[in-house]
Amino acid sequence: MPKSAPDRPRSRRFTEFVLTLLAVGLAPAAIYLIDPEAAVQNRMWLQALIVQGAGALILHLVMYLRARYADPFILPLAVALNGLGLAMIYRIDLTTSNNAGANQLMWTGLAMVISALLLFFLRDHKALRSITYISLAASFLLLLLPLLPGLGLEINGARIWISVAGRTFQPGEIAKITLAIFFAGYLSTHRDLIMLAGKRIGPVRLPRFKDLAPMFIAWFVSLAVLVFQRDLGSAILFFGIFLSMLFLATGSITWVALGLLFVGAGGALAYNYISHVYYRINSWVHAFDPEVYNQPLGGSGQIVQGLFGLASGGLFGRGWGNGRPDLVAYSNSDMIITALGEELGLFGLAAILMLFLLLVSRGFRAAMGTPDAFGKLLAAGFSALIVIQLFVVIGGVTRLIPLTGLTTPFMSAGGSSLLSNWVIVAILLAISHTARAPHLVDDLEELDSSIDYEGQEAEGATSLISRISLTNRPGGEGRE
Amino acid sequence: MASEITVTALRFAFLALLWLFIFMVLTASRRDLGIGRNVRSSRPQVEEAAQVSAPAQPPARASQLVVLEGAQAGALMRLGDQPVTIGRSLDIEVSLQDDYASGRHARLFPQGSRWFLEDLGSTNGTFLGEQRLTRATPVEVGQPFRVGHTTLQLRA
Repeated sequence: MPKSAPDRPRSRRFTEFVLTLLAVGLAPAAIYLIDPEAAVQNRMWLQALIVQGAGALILHLVMYLRARYADPFILPLAVALNGLGLAMIYRIDLTTSNNAGANQLMWTGLAMVISALLLFFLRDHKALRSITYISLAASFLLLLLPLLPGLGLEINGARIWISVAGRTFQPGEIAKITLAIFFAGYLSTHRDLIMLAGKRIGPVRLPRFKDLAPMFIAWFVSLAVLVFQRDLGSAILFFGIFLSMLFLATGSITWVALGLLFVGAGGALAYNYISHVYYRINSWVHAFDPEVYNQPLGGSGQIVQGLFGLASGGLFGRGWGNGRPDLVAYSNSDMIITALGEELGLFGLAAILMLFLLLVSRGFRAAMGTPDAFGKLLAAGFSALIVIQLFVVIGGVTRLIPLTGLTTPFMSAGGSSLLSNWVIVAILLAISHTARAPHLVDDLEELDSSIDYEGQEAEGATSLISRISLTNRPGGEGRE
Repeated sequence: MASEITVTALRFAFLALLWLFIFMVLTASRRDLGIGRNVRSSRPQVEEAAQVSAPAQPPARASQLVVLEGAQAGALMRLGDQPVTIGRSLDIEVSLQDDYASGRHARLFPQGSRWFLEDLGSTNGTFLGEQRLTRATPVEVGQPFRVGHTTLQLRA
């Protein structure tokens, strides 16, 4: 790696390359271990190697050309998680004679190419700020799509899919990204008003009623998703993103407490009036009761089978291809964590969680490094999104909280989920590039005129806030 | 079909590979100090420069805000360690009787040993000396700044 100046940060693309090589190797190795003969016969290992390798190479090259200082760990971590999921889906295909593996592989390639294209054309994540309100409208549209007659599709009671030309897609997966963009744009502009306005009572500053409007909107959207799409997981996810980003923007516990009150109210309503929420909670509390276990609709069979799977996996797992994860319903999507836990054991599952932890920590690192408030909120929001999603799904399958149908990021079978996660990767990479890149000379000159102290922009909160004031529209309240 | 021992060995080898990958990421990211470098190398210079240029400035932050010119000239407000908002609204800390000020015009916030002034998107702008603020800027003691038709100043 050439170093042009001694104080210039290293691009670390070589580190990324080496780590990605190892990550790309995981899926073929696993596929080979599952069934060596079948793997040689159907060449699945080779396909996985080619698709993931080519996708990773394209992304790597795009980063080399357009985002040279992007975080070197995000790509290998995402590839590793994606590969492990791919191998498990293929492994479950072998026993259930499904063809989800090939489908997943196709989506993997597609998602990585789209991610590379996005990174190539986006380059500067601040462009996303200009579509703050467009992305709000897009979120509503995407959430409404499955409800349209003729287009929407109801599978297992949840109406979150659309069907186009024989393929199904979950628009909600994309909606979580557009919602995060909207929240980041909105909160980075209105953060000050939300924080500073309102009456103060003791140590608590009560928010003004009009500042509560976004919270009402987020709450109603989540409830609407719950009522009309009957999807508890997405409802929790949407409100969770909003609440965590609000906290990230304001750092105020009052808001979180208020939000939790909203959740409590919504939860009480849902438990009493929405039957499938009641079933979910019932099958969580009374999971081991025989009649709940055997109940055909809304029973706890799936959760308990998953727990049995985890138990039979033990510390080191049964080994690839030696467990019976196919006994669990939806073992390649919602329950993929228990399937992996069964075959890789606690050690393997801990490794997977570790990979997620590292990925999330890189996201937060990018958030800390980038100078603009919007980028900070967006990167931290995406990281929070992954955390919430993981908590809801893994907490669900391990019976820590009621099970709600959500995909495990990067792993679960499903094209829309994979696509949205790779889009998140692209945006995180773009943000991390601005975080690490040395300041460009023309940028600095432009800044110099407005900086009046040592030509140095104040770091941290100062620069964060100053950017906000730059883009504030003149308030309509000024009387001249 | 491979023997039992090979299968078991490969099973553990895969787990080892997984953890090897994690430790490689961890080792590499431990050395990843690229983000902090820009800031870290420049920070001491800034502090030194601040000390040299204003040796008389006490380390404590200014604790008073005074109105120099305007309807409330002579008014004095004690500053704590909380940010204050300046404007025409009645529900903010520094409420000015000034028709040329926006409702929420500007904001003073403490950071380290100084106060920073930033414009909150006001119509008429906030001026530090002759300069219209475009970003948060540190304000020194005795340096007048203007919000609408009101001039204010920080005092120690």
